[in-house]
Amino acid sequence: MARSNKPIVWGLFAAGGTVTAFLVPVLVLILGLAVPLGFLSPTDLSYDRVFMVVAHPLGRLVLLGFLTVSLWHAAHRTRTTVHDLGIHSDRTTMLICYGVAALGTVLAVIFLLRL
Amino acid sequence: MSERQITLEVLRYRPELDDEPVIQSYIVPVQEEWVVLDVLNYIKDNIDRTLSYRWSCHMSVCGSCGMVINNTPMLSCKAFVRDFPDTIRVEPLHNFPIERDLVVVLDDFMKKMTVVKPYLIPKEPVAEVDGTYKQTSGQLKRFKPYAMCINCLACYSVCPQYALNEGFVGPAALALAHRYNVDSRDQGRSVREDVVASNEGIWECTFVGACSEVCPKHVDPAAAIQQTKIASTMDYFMDKLLLGKKKSGGVVKQVEGGGA
Repeated sequence: MARSNKPIVWGLFAAGGTVTAFLVPVLVLILGLAVPLGFLSPTDLSYDRVFMVVAHPLGRLVLLGFLTVSLWHAAHRTRTTVHDLGIHSDRTTMLICYGVAALGTVLAVIFLLRL
Repeated sequence: MSERQITLEVLRYRPELDDEPVIQSYIVPVQEEWVVLDVLNYIKDNIDRTLSYRWSCHMSVCGSCGMVINNTPMLSCKAFVRDFPDTIRVEPLHNFPIERDLVVVLDDFMKKMTVVKPYLIPKEPVAEVDGTYKQTSGQLKRFKPYAMCINCLACYSVCPQYALNEGFVGPAALALAHRYNVDSRDQGRSVREDVVASNEGIWECTFVGACSEVCPKHVDPAAAIQQTKIASTMDYFMDKLLLGKKKSGGVVKQVEGGGA
C-alpha cells in the first residue's frame, strides 16, 4: 500500500491545534477578562502600542504563523467533522475547507506585508 | 437469596431458518452476582440449546464474549446484570457479518491483525548469551498499555470509520502496530508503515475516540493512532526533505519475526 500524503494537511492541523491551544486562552484572558475587569488599563492596549508590536518584523512573523496554522487547523477539523456528520463528498468538502484556509493564508500575507 | 426476573432480548440469526436477524426474548431468573454471560449460559443449559455465542474464560481475559449489550459493545462476562434494567438487549458486535446468533465472522480482523506485522522485528539478532533481550522498566512502560488488547473487537463495533469503510485497518490492529513500534527491541516501524501510514491506515481515523471509551482493557487505541500520526508525519517530512533517505523509522537489515 502506498503511503498517504495526508501528513501535509495533518501536519498543519496538528501545529494549528497546538498553537491555538496555547495562545487562545491567553488572548481570552487578556481581551475577555483582564481589560474588562480592569486588571489592565485600556491604554495598555491602545492602537499605537498594539500596532508597534504587530508591525515589528518579529510580530508580523508570529502573527502570520498563528493565523495560518489556525486556519488550516479549522479547515481540517471542519473537513473531518463534515465526514463524521455523514456528508461524504470529500472532494467538495476539501475544496471548500482548504480553499478558505488557502485564501486566508494569502490574505494574511498581503495584510501583514501592507501594515 | 432474592431472585429477580429479567427479560433477555437476543438478536438471533439462524441462516437455515431466518431470512434476516430476529429478536427472541427469554425470561430468566437471575441472581445478584450474575453477569450477562451467566444469563446466556442459563438459557443454553435450561431453555434453548440452539442459542449460539462465543465465550471461554468468564474473567475478562480471553476476549471471546464481546457483544453489544443495550447498544454498547462490551464483554458479557464483565456486564453485571444488577447494573442493567429488567429488559436487556443483546446483539452481535456491530460492523461484522453475523455467522450465527451472537457469533460474528472475524476473518476481516484476523487479516488486518496479520498485515500490521504484530511481532518483534529486530535490527540485529539478540546479542545476550542467554538469548533474552534487556529492557528497562521505563522501556516496558512505553508499550505495555497497548499490549493489553484481548481482541474482543468492541472498538471495531463502535468505530464510525470502520462502519463506513471496511478497508480501514481499524483501532485494535493499529494499536497493536503501535505497541511494537514503541518497543525498544523493535526496529520494524518502516516495514509496518507501508500499511499503517497508508490512506486505509491511521489516516482514515478522524479521532472520534469511541474505541477508547468502550475498550474493556483500557488500551486507548485512539491515543495510539494519534501518536502514530505524529511519528508518521515526522517521517513523511524527513523523507521529503532529506532526499535519498527513502524510509525512516529504522532500517531493517535482516531478521524478521523472532518471538512475540
